[in-house]
Amino acid sequence: MPKDQPVIDLSPKVSDEVRKTTCYMCACRCGINVHMKAQTDGKLKVAYIEGNRDHPVNKGVLCAKGSAGIMQHNAPSRLRAPLKRTGPRGSGEFEEISWDEALTLATSWLQPIRETAPEKLAFFTGRDQSQSFTSFWAQGFGTPNYAAHGGFCSVNMAAAGIYTMGGAFWEFGQPDWDHTKLFMLFGVAEDHDSNPIKMGIGKIKERGARMIGVNPIRTGYNAVADDWVGITPGTDGLFILALVHLLIKAGKIDLHYLAHYTNASCLVNEDPKSPQNGLLLRDEDGNPQVIDRRTGKLARWDGEGVDPDLAATYRHKGITHRPVFHLMADRYLSNDYAPEKVEDRCGIPAKRIRAIAADLARVAFDEAITLDRAWTDFRGREHTQMIGRPVSFHAMRGISAHSNGFQTCRALHTLQILLGSVETPGGMRFKPPYPKPATAHPKPHCKVTPGQPLNGPHLGYPHGPEDLCLDANGNPARIDKAFSWENPMSAHGLMHMVISNAHAGDPYKIDTLFMYMANMSWNSSMNTGGVMQMLTDTDESGDYVIPHIIYSDAYSSEMVAYADLILPDTTYLERHDCISLLDRPICEADAVADAIRWPVVEPDRNVRGFQSVLCDLGARLHIPGFVNDDGSQKYDDYADYITNHIRRPGIGPLAGWRMGANGLQGGRGAANGGQIDSYIKNGGFWVEHIPADCAYYKPFSRNYQDWAVKMGFYDSPQPYIFQLYVEPLRRFQLAAEGEGSIQPPDHLRGRIIATMDPLPIWYPPFTDGHVDPVEYPIHALTQRPMAMYHSWGSQNAWLRQIHGHNPLYVPTKIWAANGFAEGDWARVTSAHGSITVPVAHQASLNENTVWTWNAIGKRKGAWALDTDAPEATKGFLLNHLIHELLPAKGDGMRWANSDPITGQAAWFDLRVKIERSAAPDESQPVLPPLASPVGKGPDELTWKVGK
Amino acid sequence: MTQLPPPSKVKLGLVIDLDTCVGCHACVVSCKGWNTENYGAPLSDQDPYGGDPSGTFLNRVHSYEVQPAEGTAKLIHFPKSCLHCDDAPCVTVCPTGASYKRAEDGIVLVNEDACIGCSLCAWACPYGARELDAAAGVMKKCTLCVDRIYNENLPEVDRVPACVRTCPSGARHFGDLGDDDSAVSQLVAERGGFDLMPEQGTKPVNKYLPPRPKDVEPEYDILAPYLAPVTDGPKGFVGWLDKALSALTGGAK
Repeated sequence: MPKDQPVIDLSPKVSDEVRKTTCYMCACRCGINVHMKAQTDGKLKVAYIEGNRDHPVNKGVLCAKGSAGIMQHNAPSRLRAPLKRTGPRGSGEFEEISWDEALTLATSWLQPIRETAPEKLAFFTGRDQSQSFTSFWAQGFGTPNYAAHGGFCSVNMAAAGIYTMGGAFWEFGQPDWDHTKLFMLFGVAEDHDSNPIKMGIGKIKERGARMIGVNPIRTGYNAVADDWVGITPGTDGLFILALVHLLIKAGKIDLHYLAHYTNASCLVNEDPKSPQNGLLLRDEDGNPQVIDRRTGKLARWDGEGVDPDLAATYRHKGITHRPVFHLMADRYLSNDYAPEKVEDRCGIPAKRIRAIAADLARVAFDEAITLDRAWTDFRGREHTQMIGRPVSFHAMRGISAHSNGFQTCRALHTLQILLGSVETPGGMRFKPPYPKPATAHPKPHCKVTPGQPLNGPHLGYPHGPEDLCLDANGNPARIDKAFSWENPMSAHGLMHMVISNAHAGDPYKIDTLFMYMANMSWNSSMNTGGVMQMLTDTDESGDYVIPHIIYSDAYSSEMVAYADLILPDTTYLERHDCISLLDRPICEADAVADAIRWPVVEPDRNVRGFQSVLCDLGARLHIPGFVNDDGSQKYDDYADYITNHIRRPGIGPLAGWRMGANGLQGGRGAANGGQIDSYIKNGGFWVEHIPADCAYYKPFSRNYQDWAVKMGFYDSPQPYIFQLYVEPLRRFQLAAEGEGSIQPPDHLRGRIIATMDPLPIWYPPFTDGHVDPVEYPIHALTQRPMAMYHSWGSQNAWLRQIHGHNPLYVPTKIWAANGFAEGDWARVTSAHGSITVPVAHQASLNENTVWTWNAIGKRKGAWALDTDAPEATKGFLLNHLIHELLPAKGDGMRWANSDPITGQAAWFDLRVKIERSAAPDESQPVLPPLASPVGKGPDELTWKVGK
Repeated sequence: MTQLPPPSKVKLGLVIDLDTCVGCHACVVSCKGWNTENYGAPLSDQDPYGGDPSGTFLNRVHSYEVQPAEGTAKLIHFPKSCLHCDDAPCVTVCPTGASYKRAEDGIVLVNEDACIGCSLCAWACPYGARELDAAAGVMKKCTLCVDRIYNENLPEVDRVPACVRTCPSGARHFGDLGDDDSAVSQLVAERGGFDLMPEQGTKPVNKYLPPRPKDVEPEYDILAPYLAPVTDGPKGFVGWLDKALSALTGGAK
């Protein structure tokens, strides 16, 4: 070393203590190491956050959001104390009150409605990660009006996955990254399962495996895809069915897999006069029937040794029954799905569609992989090997947030299954406790008894009209009209319809709207301006139409200003949480796992974890499950609940370190007072691996079923076959055709028959039938940046420097046609409204599509940002252009802007026109600033915790 | 003016894979977090909640769109930080000796005690890889996490730069580019790793791996057999199905 080279400390102390918990900068739930440093007063302070190498989700890596967690934890936008509204709703004027005053006030509103009309509480919990807890609370309260945010997120994906094969992607399943050779990614995916997908893409690229991106926009993952398919929004289903057409036609499908592990071999009643028309042939015990190739006779689908026949038909009492696979061949061999027929609509040349189909066929069958692992299927058949079709897929909101999203997601699963690439090596693998078919989930419940709990869980999977949530007159029982004829399979509820329905008093008026972590007066609502009006609207006597609004959030979001009472939540580093198997677990394909959060620091403000507040409020309201026999509070706080709540015998919120007969064990067991400490010692999570002989073929494997029962996923083995033909859909269609006693309203019959097809179909997005495609020729989308998670990101000093602006990105054709230049602005108009916003050119974009980053735009005064923050002056939301109802089309009806099966908000059906505009001072519309209940942030940050 | 030491045998640096970088900014923020808390003055932020937020970052990701004359436009995510050049103009231009290149491993550092914040080095750097911290008034740059890579308080597996440890897609590699047998040197050889702006004559140690070719049209003749119809029309299809089922390995009948 030269003598003038400075001596530096190469081994500085990294921190005084590392505390391991779970990230909450998005919904991915990675493990984090929080490095703590002692201050002069001895108190530990958060100094640095990195990924936990031992954690099953992220294995040490961490995204930009996760590393920026320290700036979320110290954000000036953190709420500081309970707030009571003093100014008019929407002003943001509040006074700080004590917790006792806040909870007394909440009780004074909620107690009377619980005793007289529990449905007058609408409790919706947004981006909640404790739904098994919040739903338990709501069920005990007795209101039918509970759900989280899935209805405006990705319920199409989730519900289509559950009905078809017992799970979809993300928390349900993942590509077999270690074996897959071709990975096909549909639509926006950057914001869900984010680190595992990035890790997976890195892994397959290292191996030289290929990746195809199907997305109108080439950014993020699509930028690194080997092939980019810039599809027209809303046509993914048609493109997928063209691939299905080509593959079936060429016989490039896994016939053994289809016959044995799917209902392609189940027999369908084909008699148009039969009340059973289109339903599966069943024996007296209700078991679907197949023809056994060994005997040529009928047999139970799951009979010992049965060899189901895909081809044979069965005629009985003059009625022909054909296997599902015949119906599929009839439909998908039709030239309606020929590449040449769909290429214009999809914006993908027929040649390209053929090339992709050929690639799928080549990799699935010519490059099949074999693992020498013996296993036994549920029919008792022994196999010496596991045959893999190394083609895998992933999709999330991109294909989901359309009015044809449910059927599109079904089409994608059908493609996967035809190739034999679900739960086989190299394909898509489920994560325990999934796969779990619709029949293993609860059905929805809605029976209200004043002063008593609801008659069962709110949300679930209907199997036919008798499972709908309707009142005696056939009207919707829920405020969001979930599980009504308008959207029979709305498995996640419809949070985005709650405010407009409550405002309209349709199907009835409510008293208290209680929400958690959902920015409904801003980026989480369609028709944002309209929603603000509904929240502030008064009746003839001057009272608010929605009388009471309670809101819980950790931060000063736009929604805070619209509530009467604010229950301030903690940051994610100050709280207990459990990421439970009863909820949305963090398992991997090879392992079952769950995790906790724990207060690595105590709050320095007068705030409480929302779930702990519900324990208190539940006791004040005497909700069963929240009080002891003597009426005292049952759970001191959420940690107490996590440890001691028993959901079913031996099953609690956490599966790790339960008390068994011979000591601590995973899965089933009694409560263990030291459970949370065990989690903390283990890095905040618990994991147990699946035996290797049942790590694939989970739904069909005897050993997996036995293991799943042992772990407590269900109480008896429940093998099943994939439902290419979803019979519950057919039951709704049959009702719409006039069959049965529970009948839809006449105006919905045609739509139900057209859309609730038991085999996947494609139909144009509904918007196309209500909005003139010639006048509004451009599709408009949003994406979430990988470094931001909805509205949370902008309060983060580091992340907002990365994504502080959101121009409207415009493709070359539209850019040139309008004569746009850098720095220009455009007026963007939909059938519902118009905005004026900055534009930027992007060539790698579908030629008829514009897009922007989601939820960068902010209301002035929110999130402790200055009123001149670019998010509030140049940022904007597309939400102003999207209405929860489609424009009238002269039939006297206003149709919902959502999927007709699940009610999922059809954000991505939006059509607009665009024109160059003089540059305004700010993005239009401009809304008046909110008063900030937390002031604003400092002028400079030099955030160094250590000396 | 400051002298460069004789070229070191060990040349520590990064190899960044542009084929795999998804542009997620994980490296940017992880770097910000570690280096705010560690080596030298914290990386400050001015107007962090205001109208014109700006702060010091040692590593930034830029995205460039490339529109070839023929074919589809591509988007390249391009992470950029100090390249720890062998002929580092930022060192030789420094009037106080604050900027220096370590003789033992080639890492370019700023001795903040000697830095007068004149910014000559930032002007001299052709890559724009140095940023003057507005609060501390000293020049900040990538240290290659010199306080991590030898840090005996860290487990051995963690003795890599923060950006490398955190990169979710594994696009960032750290090692000795002075050793032809090292994993990073081999990666550079296999994948045709290149220097950024070699015409500048700075001899950067960091290397970039180029994106693999994209949207390559397949040869349709080769693909054709994969989609040959098994039969004409649905009727024939059921006949084919029956035969195909009988022929299945392990099929009964």
